[in-house]
Amino acid sequence: MGKTLLQKVWDLHTVRQLPTGQTQLFIGLHLIHEVTTPQAFDMLRSRGANVAFPELTYATVDHIVPTLNQRRPFVDELAEQMMAALERNCRDFGIRFSDLTTDRQGIVHVIGPELGLTQPGMTIACGDSHTSTHGAFGAIAFGIGTSQVRDVLMSQSLAIDPLKVRQILITGKLPLGVYAKDVILEIIARLGVKGGVGYAYEYGGEAVEQMSMDQRMTMCNMSIEGGARVGYVNPDETTFRYIKGRPFAPSGSALVRAKQWWTSIASDADALYDDVVKFDGSAIEPRVTWGINPGQSIGITEPVPCPEEFDEAERASVREALEFMGFTGGVPIAGTKIDVAFLGSCTNSRLSDLREAAAILDGQKVASNVTALVVPGSKSVRLAAEQEGLDRLFQDAGFEWRGAGCSMCLAMNPDQLVGRQVCASSSNRNFKGRQGSPTGRTLLMSPAMVVAAAVSGEVIDVRKML
Amino acid sequence: MSKQSFRFDRIEGTAIPLRGNNIDTDRIIPARFLKTLTFQGLGDHVFEDDRQLMSEHPFSDPRYVQATVLLVNENFGSGSSREHAPQALKRWGITACLGQSFSEIFQGNALAIGLPCATVERDDIEFLMRSVENTPDIALLISISKLSVKYQGRTVSLAIPGPIRKALLDGYWDPASMLLEQFSQVRAVAERLPYVTDF
Repeated sequence: MGKTLLQKVWDLHTVRQLPTGQTQLFIGLHLIHEVTTPQAFDMLRSRGANVAFPELTYATVDHIVPTLNQRRPFVDELAEQMMAALERNCRDFGIRFSDLTTDRQGIVHVIGPELGLTQPGMTIACGDSHTSTHGAFGAIAFGIGTSQVRDVLMSQSLAIDPLKVRQILITGKLPLGVYAKDVILEIIARLGVKGGVGYAYEYGGEAVEQMSMDQRMTMCNMSIEGGARVGYVNPDETTFRYIKGRPFAPSGSALVRAKQWWTSIASDADALYDDVVKFDGSAIEPRVTWGINPGQSIGITEPVPCPEEFDEAERASVREALEFMGFTGGVPIAGTKIDVAFLGSCTNSRLSDLREAAAILDGQKVASNVTALVVPGSKSVRLAAEQEGLDRLFQDAGFEWRGAGCSMCLAMNPDQLVGRQVCASSSNRNFKGRQGSPTGRTLLMSPAMVVAAAVSGEVIDVRKML
Repeated sequence: MSKQSFRFDRIEGTAIPLRGNNIDTDRIIPARFLKTLTFQGLGDHVFEDDRQLMSEHPFSDPRYVQATVLLVNENFGSGSSREHAPQALKRWGITACLGQSFSEIFQGNALAIGLPCATVERDDIEFLMRSVENTPDIALLISISKLSVKYQGRTVSLAIPGPIRKALLDGYWDPASMLLEQFSQVRAVAERLPYVTDF
């Protein structure tokens, strides 16, 4: 009987069974950033411990970094302290750091793949739940908390339980104007925000096979919003073509051997899954969230739901969401006025996202009542976009063009909503208060939909602009 | 450094009911409080934004100020993997969480800092929440070995994943030293990984 990629990678990285019955799992790549490391390194210092494998560790700064004024010391004292702590820790423990003085700085889940650090068959951990992004390469990648960051730093391993695997097949071809973001929003809407707890999601099927690496990353990125800590796509030629030539990728004869090995770790044709779910890719439409968790989304042509459409157990949550968002059940979501448009985040800030979004512009300008910003996912994405003139296209349309960082996704830096502002956002979470204002409201959607909303001043079906 | 930290079995305390599904970690501890080099003081900011929006929030209710057992509904602790969330709860005074279900990352982070989370059936959580709302001064008695909660003469069963339960009972919930035992086995794995050895 065949094995899934998860089983193969898990077996390969198992160190031993622990006295608790958990697995001690070796971590092949440990990505770190400034938010979830200060306390972890302090714990190492207080124990007199070293980093076990600094060569398997890589750092960047992304959450607290300002996207407008990046001069040091940062205006925000706390941000400056955290930056300085990471610098000190990387220096003292011998860890490579893509800081702001390099061209390699950026959001951790953007730079890992860009640099060729992320590869098929690895286990990858990072103190951030969107680590699932790297699963797009056929890696088993997941988010961890600060104490587990300490464990990985000290022992390059952690104590963890195995996951079941749900195969998610997207058949058919995605229609024009429908992107990977819409696919993952559809999946979470149907399977629920806790549907994936205890599972790794393996994404496959015709529509996924046709996706670029950037699109696969968008999908895997939001696996955790569906409760699945791990989400992955089996590696294939698309994967290999992306990796080839990147700074930390194998090359020459090593690359030839690597491709053979990468091919071998894909799920076997006769692998057994704990569950299989199918989606018709050709039936998916552009989606928008209406509520306060990423599972609360609808197609652009649908009305906001009414509480009565839900099971009794869920109605209170739905009412709470509608009240917070200021929506009424039965009313179309298209036409909702927006105040802010944010194109960025580890979900959708790569070069192809910027190109897709720019293609919608077609000479239109940001509506007068809207503040719009584009935040490239990394310095490298920003430079490449500027080479293509995308920065001028966006700025001429009235978007602000910023430096790379997590920005308005999560309110740890100056980019935040104010008051009850409504934001059309290409990020991954619409929780209450997520974007910095306790009463601010987030509508999640694809980059193309964000631009469509920015120029219209309201939520609109982007397919009308294609 | 001792192999075993202290063990968890009997946990006794009054409870605080927090109704609502999918309470995410951004609500438990808003992101601005993650701008910190230590975990100190996080207890002061637990549910800070929710409490501002809702004056009758349980965490602001004087009836529950001494409570140590948190009662929740579905998918508690969803979203961001911030360990700051269970840290904030623990530093506020919570010593155990009982709920219908938890986010996997949250439950793991809570274990790592010695905060047990156990699941309870919907009807039982409803019973506990309503009873506590009526008589907040009566304590619950949790037994991890017996997988039960005793309250006012009634026993409710609870569930904890096997490995987590064992870690709590045996005192292995702080795995740092356990993972360093037999470190040669860690090196052995590194040596057989194709991507570490240039394929």
